[in-house]
Amino acid sequence: MARSVTRSRKIVNTTIAWAIGLIIFFPILWTVLTSFKTEAEAISSPPSFLFFDWTFQNYEAVQERSNYFRHFWNSVVISVGSTILGLAIAVPAAWAMAFVPGKQTKNILMWMLSTKMLPAVGVLVPIYLLFRDMGLLDTRTGLVAVLMLINLPIIVWMLYTYFKEIPGEILEAARMDGATLRSEVTYVLLPMAVPGIASTMLLNIILAWNEAFWTLNLTAANAAPLTAFIASYSSPEGLFYAKLSAASTMAIAPILIMGWFSQKQLVRGLTFGAVK
Amino acid sequence: MISKRTLLGSAVGFGLVAGLSTSAMADTITVATVNNGDMIRMQQLSPQWEKETGHTIEWVVLEENTLRQRVTQDIATKGGQFDVMTIGTYEVPIWAKQDWLVPLENMPDGYDADDILPSIAGGLSVDGTLYAAPFYGESSMVMYRTDLMEKAGMEMPDEPTWTDIAKAAEAMHDGENEIYGICLRGKPGWGENTAFLTTMANSFGARWFDMDWKPQFDSPEWKESFTTYLDLMNKYGPPGAASNGFNENLSLFQQGKCGMWIDATVAASFVTNPDDSQVADSVGFTLAPNKEGVEKRANWLWAWSLAIPAGTDAEQAAKDFVAWATSKDYTEIVAEKEGWANVPPGTRTSLYENQDYLDAAPFAKMTLQSIELADPTSPTVEEVPYTGVQFVAIPEFQGIGTAVGQALSAALAGQSSAEEALAQAQSITQREMSRAGYGK
Repeated sequence: MARSVTRSRKIVNTTIAWAIGLIIFFPILWTVLTSFKTEAEAISSPPSFLFFDWTFQNYEAVQERSNYFRHFWNSVVISVGSTILGLAIAVPAAWAMAFVPGKQTKNILMWMLSTKMLPAVGVLVPIYLLFRDMGLLDTRTGLVAVLMLINLPIIVWMLYTYFKEIPGEILEAARMDGATLRSEVTYVLLPMAVPGIASTMLLNIILAWNEAFWTLNLTAANAAPLTAFIASYSSPEGLFYAKLSAASTMAIAPILIMGWFSQKQLVRGLTFGAVK
Repeated sequence: MISKRTLLGSAVGFGLVAGLSTSAMADTITVATVNNGDMIRMQQLSPQWEKETGHTIEWVVLEENTLRQRVTQDIATKGGQFDVMTIGTYEVPIWAKQDWLVPLENMPDGYDADDILPSIAGGLSVDGTLYAAPFYGESSMVMYRTDLMEKAGMEMPDEPTWTDIAKAAEAMHDGENEIYGICLRGKPGWGENTAFLTTMANSFGARWFDMDWKPQFDSPEWKESFTTYLDLMNKYGPPGAASNGFNENLSLFQQGKCGMWIDATVAASFVTNPDDSQVADSVGFTLAPNKEGVEKRANWLWAWSLAIPAGTDAEQAAKDFVAWATSKDYTEIVAEKEGWANVPPGTRTSLYENQDYLDAAPFAKMTLQSIELADPTSPTVEEVPYTGVQFVAIPEFQGIGTAVGQALSAALAGQSSAEEALAQAQSITQREMSRAGYGK
């Protein structure tokens, strides 16, 4: 009897989970479906779900008009570059905060997080002027720097929570055995924190990939990533929903595939510490 | 903008002759533009200009509002990211007064600036000097379903009044079958409902400001204009009209759900295109309406234009490109490759004297007439201190226009009455204008 209750509960839970999952995923699915419709079909009402004439014409049109690969490569460089740079700064910072906290550590953490509370547009003009004077406008270097800075508080916070889970005694033992600070971090701390670091990395790559304020405002032709590629297909005077959907699908496909393959890491990292 | 001045070697441009080497200064210019059919066509045809001149173009295509924000920020901070910017009749007078734009004097021989339609040139000039070259111009007009009018036994006048429009809307309206008598903009925004409602107000003799910059929403003309709008939309409009902008109405009209639609002339080519529109062969066009006895009609004037920011280090190449893209020769290149119907409309007198064009574009005459009727320097009956037909060309207008649009849209959504909405519009405008120091 008890077993059947569990099973029916399982079925209910699974159904609910699937339903929520589908609701969350539906806009993406709809974008993908629309990208295979003609422009007329894309706006038809009632909308057709699966039974329409599938066409690749939007992908051809997008391919013909824009240089997808250049935007894609810029996105890769910017998101991976800013994440790696961010980790290089955040690992030592989080180590210090987790294992040798001072009186002000909590305040510093809060202060770092508070920078995320300011609307980005508030500092647009100062940053634009700085970039102009430093020759960083429309460069990938500039974007790597700025995306690293805006994501740094999140990286530090995430790593700090993961590091806190690691018993300080293990590090102490390593020190007793004569490990230098560097080898303590490299050989003891980092291997233990791999799931946490991996999920931080993945999450930040996704955040940087989707960032659409700074990447649109600080680029023109050379460093423009996929966000600018999508923006070039949006139009308030003309119905180009199918082409816009095709461009969006092409822009999210790489990150979606990456997310799919690394979901185990992502989930493991995100729940790391939560289940103890 | 990265302007790479490189010495062109032998293998580029004209110098493909083996053994010979020509040297010329070649520039890379960055052109910022919007995503619409005519601009995309220009992008596709531009390799021809690159080949002829040896210069290269980097394109930045953005959605209209993003582009506006992006280029404004760049020009205001002298960021120097762009050599050619696509801007509209709203920006040109404001930017030219700030000395942000290169005056378009000394254009290449054969450019024939006098051929530009006077009302368009007027909107792009300050003190008689042209600061941007019009790429395509548009006005607004009535698009209506000829089949529905015929069925109702009615005929659309060539110069309709708002009373005619109301009668036609009533006759065509069939709510049960989802055919709505009239579709008009309701979505808030200075470039959405505010643009339309301003032209409608002009056609009732209302104005935004008197000569002392005092807002006029408390005038009887504004009240009459706005109540007429609400009345039309409440009786014959589609449900949820308060969130309909250009694209939403275009979609409704193309699916045969609107009897009439008063909007941009550029829509004519969309609604008559059989690939996208279910009613392509039964669309008629007529002039935007007015109130009986008022000389101004409810039609606006807009021109997407190419301008060169002051301080660019590739001014000559940029000027060459602007001249090429807005020349008579360019229209011929488009006609040759894509047909006359796809030529950018509304900028040059000569185009409307070209029989090939008139034959290919059934809406050409109506477009020209609508453009000629709109005068940005005298948009309404009484005198005004501003330029602009569907906007007021002052920097504060984007903010004020959108806030007013929200107040007026709320009345359409039934959240407030016409009087309340207009009173709110009056107080918003009053507050912002005195903050900005007008009328002191």
